[in-house]
Amino acid sequence: MNKLNIYNRVNVVLLPALTVVILLMSSCETDETQTVTTITNLVMADEFDVDGAPNSTLWSYDIGTGQNGWGNNELQYYTDRTENVTVQNGVLIITAKKEDFEGSSYTSARLLTKGKFEQTYGRFEARIRLPWGQGLWPAFWLLGDDSNGTEIWPQIGEIDIMENVGDEPTRIFGTVHGPGYSGAESISKSLELEDDRFDTGFHVFGIEWGPNYINYYVDDMLYNQITPDDVPGEWVFNDGPFYIILNLAVGGELPGPPNASTIFPQTMLVDYVRVYQRNK
Amino acid sequence: MKMKNIKFTYRNITVFFSFLFIVVTGCERDLSDKAEPATFGKQGEIFTDSPVGLGTNFYFPFSGSKATAWSVDEDEGYESSASMRFDVPNANDPEGNFAGAIFRIDGAGRNLTEFDALTFWARASQGVNIGEIGFGQDFLGNKYQVTRTNISLGTNWVKYIIPIPDPSKLTEERGMLWYAAGSQDTGGFAYTFWLDEVKFEKLGTVAQARPAILNGEDLEQRAFLDIPIQITGLSQTLSTPEGNVSVLAMPSYFNFESSNTNVATVNENGIVSVLNVGTATISARIGDVEASGSLALDVTGPFDFAPIPPNRAPGDVISVFCDAYNNVPIDYYNGFFAPYQTTQGGTPPLDVNGDAIINYTDLNFVAIGTFLDVPSINLTGMTHLHMDIKVNEAIDPGDYINIQLINSVGNSETSGTVGFSGSAFVQDQWVSLDIPIANFGLANTTQIGLLFFISDATISDIFVDNIYYYR
Repeated sequence: MNKLNIYNRVNVVLLPALTVVILLMSSCETDETQTVTTITNLVMADEFDVDGAPNSTLWSYDIGTGQNGWGNNELQYYTDRTENVTVQNGVLIITAKKEDFEGSSYTSARLLTKGKFEQTYGRFEARIRLPWGQGLWPAFWLLGDDSNGTEIWPQIGEIDIMENVGDEPTRIFGTVHGPGYSGAESISKSLELEDDRFDTGFHVFGIEWGPNYINYYVDDMLYNQITPDDVPGEWVFNDGPFYIILNLAVGGELPGPPNASTIFPQTMLVDYVRVYQRNK
Repeated sequence: MKMKNIKFTYRNITVFFSFLFIVVTGCERDLSDKAEPATFGKQGEIFTDSPVGLGTNFYFPFSGSKATAWSVDEDEGYESSASMRFDVPNANDPEGNFAGAIFRIDGAGRNLTEFDALTFWARASQGVNIGEIGFGQDFLGNKYQVTRTNISLGTNWVKYIIPIPDPSKLTEERGMLWYAAGSQDTGGFAYTFWLDEVKFEKLGTVAQARPAILNGEDLEQRAFLDIPIQITGLSQTLSTPEGNVSVLAMPSYFNFESSNTNVATVNENGIVSVLNVGTATISARIGDVEASGSLALDVTGPFDFAPIPPNRAPGDVISVFCDAYNNVPIDYYNGFFAPYQTTQGGTPPLDVNGDAIINYTDLNFVAIGTFLDVPSINLTGMTHLHMDIKVNEAIDPGDYINIQLINSVGNSETSGTVGFSGSAFVQDQWVSLDIPIANFGLANTTQIGLLFFISDATISDIFVDNIYYYR
């Protein structure tokens, strides 16, 4: 507003210069005000403002190696130790370490809100700084509730809001998995930064999810919409609540194993997780 | 008069505000450009469809290279009709057996501090590794030279990145581009490669710096008063969209530190001056990132050089390894005989302030060869073999070093050995051996091809100097 006041004070002599100026300014603002989110009713937020273990009323942990490395031949052993998961200085820190632990060569952490916070539809977003290096595989994703084990993956549905392989520090991807389109057949799109990286600063990763659509965005860039027309099977995202998972995997089929260039420890920093509800 | 003054005032205001608002519209990127005092040019482009801002006299080929290797190709380009063309010659080209040159601005240097990489698009007439491409070489000290080695080019245009190890250092750089390419990869045959859109850029995607000195190793080493040590193995590695890219970097990109400046200091060229007895560890940083690798120095005193050989008439000496005489050609100071030899060292000898000394380590046996590509040594008329040996470890009972000569290697060869028990040596002291050649018991000494040192691992670390035959 100060700038506008200055305009008001100057007189006609300035007009030619101002015309040019205003044109250029509007071209800048177009990018910055692209409408990427419409759902604004905040219903859950973890700002990670309290040092120590994450809020136990919201988060629990997957521990160990799961079956076949959580189904992906991942190499890490997940723990809830402070070395692998803690809140410090306003951020959640998930640390992947190279260490021999319970028969695994790496440790890390995987947090989930299963049974503690679950929701159908809405806007899910997190502000994250990613780790980097060959073999690192950070993710922020949603998994459908399994109705006490009566439904199994991929029927329950999976919405990957953000995944990254650490040897591609400028690229993330968002994916859905469901019946007939899971694993290598999943429906996915990536976003590549032209002049920035995901491991040198925080970026906002989110979806807006409603009946028959999921919109994917990074920062102020809306980069994909997935609808029932895009999936070659049943759309399983219109019923049942989903819960949130934050994890940092090491190795596995997607990124491949770490190599000599990978530096450990690596950290995934989460500034906040926020969930908004659609207005009824 | 009054009206005129008012008009002037308005004009001044116009200029001021248009400047201000252009800064705003540029999303503030131009602010630093305009606000800083004028320094050196900040242009990034080196070649678009023709050389950019290099002046007239900017191409300086390396000595021995084919001087006409570079040209502007008007029929080839990356999304354009012109590119830089490099015709790497055949290995037997009489005009030069490789291509290589620097592109140095004919005029003032550029300020490259706001860029993070040199980038270009490249392709070749066949798949080939280009030996070296870089920048910062100016033939005026090459202070900020950067080298990316073994760049793999294919036959399609691909963009390549050569990261700047620390852009803040490049306030006035004239060395825009340099290259060296041979035909080692192509069986000695010529090929062509092209570069286009060559420029310094602010990519914003270059990060995770991992500088290294001494190839990232933590070394411990004895050091001696007034014997300087050059810190080598300097590199910078950055993560880029192309993957991790390592470049060789000159010492001037690094800030060196000594943990004890009373014992040792390091200058900006990475040369360690050894000042006093004690210990000091040398480390380095680029910007605020600690380099991997360090050098822990244990300074015990002055270097103990071997005795200086006496003056002898040239005709009375056949010198194998001695700074006081002219040495005969040799094949090697260490033959690395597989599979049983463990001995390291001798390739090359130590250079202690210009004095060459062989340091054999992990010694079991090792030989100095004079039979492959050089004439064998004819000892006719010579009476003695001289050498100085310092054993750099405790000497145990049963230790020994045998000296063996082989005549006519591989062709009815004969050998003779003179043995020295451990008691002939003193730990950490030079001992001079003058061995009568007759003691080797050889009937023929006209084609000496190998001189062996054999300890069978009883003694493993020795200095050897002043090896010569005399009469």
